[in-house]
Amino acid sequence: MPEESVMDRHLLPRSEVAGHSEVRTNLRVVQALGLRSIRQTFRRPQLMAPIVIFPTLLLAIQTGGAGGAVGLPGFPPVQSFLQFMLAGAMMQSLMLAGNSGGIALAVDIEMGFTDRLFAAPISRYTIVLGRLAGTAALGLLSALWFLAIGLIFGATIEGGVPGALLAIALVTVTAMAVGGIGAAIALRTGSASVVQGLFPLVLVVLFLSSAFFPVNLMIEPARTIAEYNPLSFIAEGVREPIIAGIDATDTAEALLAVAAIVALGLVLSARALRHRLRVG
Amino acid sequence: MEAASATAETPAWRANLATIAALMARAKNEILRVPGAAIPGVLAPTIFFLGLNGVFGALTQLRGFEVGAYESFIVPVSMLQGAGFTGAAAGVNLARDIEQGWLDRLLVSPAPRWVLLAGTVLAASLRALIPATFVLAIALPLGAGWPGIDGLLVTYLMVAAMAAVAACWGSMLALRFKSQSAAPLMQSGMMALILLTTAYAPLALLQPWLADVAEVNPVTEVVEAARQGFVGGVSWAGTWPGLVALVALLAVLGALALREMRRTNA
Repeated sequence: MPEESVMDRHLLPRSEVAGHSEVRTNLRVVQALGLRSIRQTFRRPQLMAPIVIFPTLLLAIQTGGAGGAVGLPGFPPVQSFLQFMLAGAMMQSLMLAGNSGGIALAVDIEMGFTDRLFAAPISRYTIVLGRLAGTAALGLLSALWFLAIGLIFGATIEGGVPGALLAIALVTVTAMAVGGIGAAIALRTGSASVVQGLFPLVLVVLFLSSAFFPVNLMIEPARTIAEYNPLSFIAEGVREPIIAGIDATDTAEALLAVAAIVALGLVLSARALRHRLRVG
Repeated sequence: MEAASATAETPAWRANLATIAALMARAKNEILRVPGAAIPGVLAPTIFFLGLNGVFGALTQLRGFEVGAYESFIVPVSMLQGAGFTGAAAGVNLARDIEQGWLDRLLVSPAPRWVLLAGTVLAASLRALIPATFVLAIALPLGAGWPGIDGLLVTYLMVAAMAAVAACWGSMLALRFKSQSAAPLMQSGMMALILLTTAYAPLALLQPWLADVAEVNPVTEVVEAARQGFVGGVSWAGTWPGLVALVALLAVLGALALREMRRTNA
């Protein structure tokens, strides 16, 4: 169909049609790269294990080992320790999904795949966004997985379907936000082993948050650090709909924390992308 | 490997010992030449120790938790976790050797298969003392109780033997799958074996399902034996069940790893 008739039909100026076409192309690139990222994770057990196996194992062990903690004075009212820990397991999974996404991007850089994408007539940002879309999808899967585990083993979602949807949405966007930082480090260093080396750091940041235990019952200095750790706000935002119901303040604080991580990821990724394009 | 290809006059046992020593020296060289590779194995148990202590330290307030400091309770678990990670890493390294063809060269040498396995396993045992010592050095100033010389020796013995168990497990999987992709299975298997015990709390305070698992998990005896010096006195009654459990685990996993090694062709 000639281009003129397309413009006539939609009554749009030529530049706008070109813009629409560009947006659609970019979306298709993001979709293709996102799907590739998900397939890659499912094909490589070493990428899947940190997202599903380790957090599930730790969830079982911590629930069974520290379940008596619900009897401690100051512990928030919960149906069970499993119900409390679901948010922690999701946080761990999404953090490791972000790290795994960074590792996979670094492997692409090492193997020259990213160079081929840079040479293609597509926006460079779609390359990063494609990877982040894959990470977000893994975050979504992780949220569904842990909610399913919780429901199977008797945990209730106090916030009902809206509460579950809120928790899923928060986990998904946080996975994408954390993935942005992983992608930035991968682009900056171009080394999978460097990104993999961040694995212990991910655990440190997670332990120093309220992901696994109420802040008021933590031991100093972990307690003070956890009070200011943005991940604590997100963990509470995910946990509240599960253990009590949707709370506007907790949700707003969680969204602010996610926005802060997104902003940091965007700035770092943009700078790292420029660096990567400069050094090749 | 020179000693392994010694002349026919060299007694077999001496050649075997020399081969094991050479394989252990190779593992030591890896640490010296790529010290960064040992960092995750050291950092992971240290982070777990600091994290678990900061997060679950309040568990000592529960009725039935007879230990004063959670640091004392958790430090032997972290040392054993270090052993688990180190042993699993030995499996990953063996998988890498298989992928790169290095094991093929060993297999065509006159060294018996058990000698090749012993070199890997004993190297892991010695290597596990590094993360254990690092974790201990962090834990003692933070408030973990001094276990006494006897307690320390028992703990180190448990750590070294647990690393050997983990190395047998890792080697078995490496020889079975012949790929580093099996690494998560090596690590998660050991993590489960060590943590599905009285790692976090005494048996009476565990959830019923975990208490049932811990009671049949032989590593519970290993954890208790390694812990005794930190939370009380060392006794033979508290030590021998751990030793029996380790010998049994070594016999089973060692036999399985050796079977895989014998099935592997150059």
